[in-house]
Amino acid sequence: MYSDISTSAVLSASHLQRATGLEISGVSKSFGSYTAIEHVNLEIKAGEFVSLIGHSGCGKSTLLSLIAGLESPSTGSLKLDGLEIQKPSPDRAVVFQNYSLLPWLNVYQNVSEALEAARPSLNAIEIKARVEVFLRAVNLWSHREKRPSELSGGMKQRVAIARAFATHPKVLLLDEPFGALDALTRGSLQDKLNEMWTGESGIETVVMVTHDIDEALYLSDRIVVMSNGPKARIQEIINVPFARPRPRAELTRSVEFIALRDKLVHLLTDVLGKH
Amino acid sequence: MTEKISTTPLELKPIKPFKIPAVVSSLGIGALSIGLIWALWSVIRAFVGADLPTPQATAVVFWELIKDPFRYGGPNDQGIGRLLWASLTRVSLGWLLGGLVAIPLGMLMGSVPFVQRLMNPIVQVLRPVSPLAWYPIALVTLKVTPNALVFVIFITSLWSTVLNTAFGVASVPKDYKNVARVFSFTPDRYVRQVLIPFALPHILTGLRLSFGVAWMVIVAAEMLSGASGIGFFVWDSYNALSYEKVISAIFIIGITGLLLDKVFEWAQKKVTYTV
Repeated sequence: MYSDISTSAVLSASHLQRATGLEISGVSKSFGSYTAIEHVNLEIKAGEFVSLIGHSGCGKSTLLSLIAGLESPSTGSLKLDGLEIQKPSPDRAVVFQNYSLLPWLNVYQNVSEALEAARPSLNAIEIKARVEVFLRAVNLWSHREKRPSELSGGMKQRVAIARAFATHPKVLLLDEPFGALDALTRGSLQDKLNEMWTGESGIETVVMVTHDIDEALYLSDRIVVMSNGPKARIQEIINVPFARPRPRAELTRSVEFIALRDKLVHLLTDVLGKH
Repeated sequence: MTEKISTTPLELKPIKPFKIPAVVSSLGIGALSIGLIWALWSVIRAFVGADLPTPQATAVVFWELIKDPFRYGGPNDQGIGRLLWASLTRVSLGWLLGGLVAIPLGMLMGSVPFVQRLMNPIVQVLRPVSPLAWYPIALVTLKVTPNALVFVIFITSLWSTVLNTAFGVASVPKDYKNVARVFSFTPDRYVRQVLIPFALPHILTGLRLSFGVAWMVIVAAEMLSGASGIGFFVWDSYNALSYEKVISAIFIIGITGLLLDKVFEWAQKKVTYTV
């Protein structure tokens, strides 16, 4: 009863706020005397999948931390649906680069603890149901009793993905989520992510930091290419106009895909190459 | 023999070196250790003379002591088990009280920089002081010898536990803190699900070290106090010129300490997680 009321209250409140997406305006971030990013302006519409790509040290992870609210900008502002981002919130879930599972909790507890914390209005039955749905979605339900140390890298990342999706964020932030995985695992997890995002996850927007051009092209609506740090800025924003769903094999063989990939390779090696 | 070789050609392979079964080798090493002590003891005795009792005489007295450990023939004629028990309860009580103060204090020091800066000089000055130096103060303020002994053990137990707890709490990795922040863990959930599980192995290391030192200090403290307990037994035996008893007590104290340490080792294994 109570949870029904509170859920509907939350729903109506979020409906009152227009889902305008992320607005990043004039953002710089310095760590002491080191300026990681400078004058970054970027609007990400609700419902978009945007990738941030660039060389190591280009501040793309810094930008992601700023959106997450884990860091605050030195200048400028970040807004989600018109509200200033000041600290982390369950509206913005993060899948960390190194999975960041709590090693003393099992797979189930890693998801349920995060869900209980992020959505305190849910009751125990709803929590259980939701954890099961998302652990089944990433095919880890049968491994729910295992500790992270007993899992492979791909499995750990699937737990992290289930944890983030289960909390029903508006924005999903992915920090090089598949960087440490082998090519086959990476491909199947990209499909899983795509499937879960386009499904009934409720997630509006995805921002993903990546090194991988093909991954960015396969998943994103737009690719933001960052210039080299320090004082990294946005070098160029590339639209990825392919219709969804995207059949991987056909897509990667298409002329348009190859042309965009060449463009990105050119940008990252010739224009921004560190020689 | 020949039949065996003809049926299984594998046996024609080079003969594996003969392996001593684990039980036999453990017993063998144990016997060797005892032999070594015996030999050293005899050599030392050859130099220092007949004041040092022989291993044989000591072994007889040792057996007499442990044969009926809970014998009670008046306050000055108690079985070794009773004396040991008196010491153990004192150590446990003092150590427990020490832990009750040291763990929360260490947690505060590890998480609040101001408390760390305030308390660290105090801890560093008091830590190198032999806990026995507190005995007169304890006796004057607490009046009763048993209480004063518990107080000395309380002081003994503080330092390792405080420092290890503070270290464990202060070294929670940023990744785990970020998980807690992103999923909006309440302070209470953070302490229960992140801070304590991470710090527990460190806290137990502190408790284990504290108990080890407390077990050493209680002997000296009881020798000083002349009350009861295993330390008193050592001093009493010295006064009664029964050096066999003194040496037997050394072994009993050592074995008891070893067994207690094993309990801590087991507990530490229980709370240690693999990353």
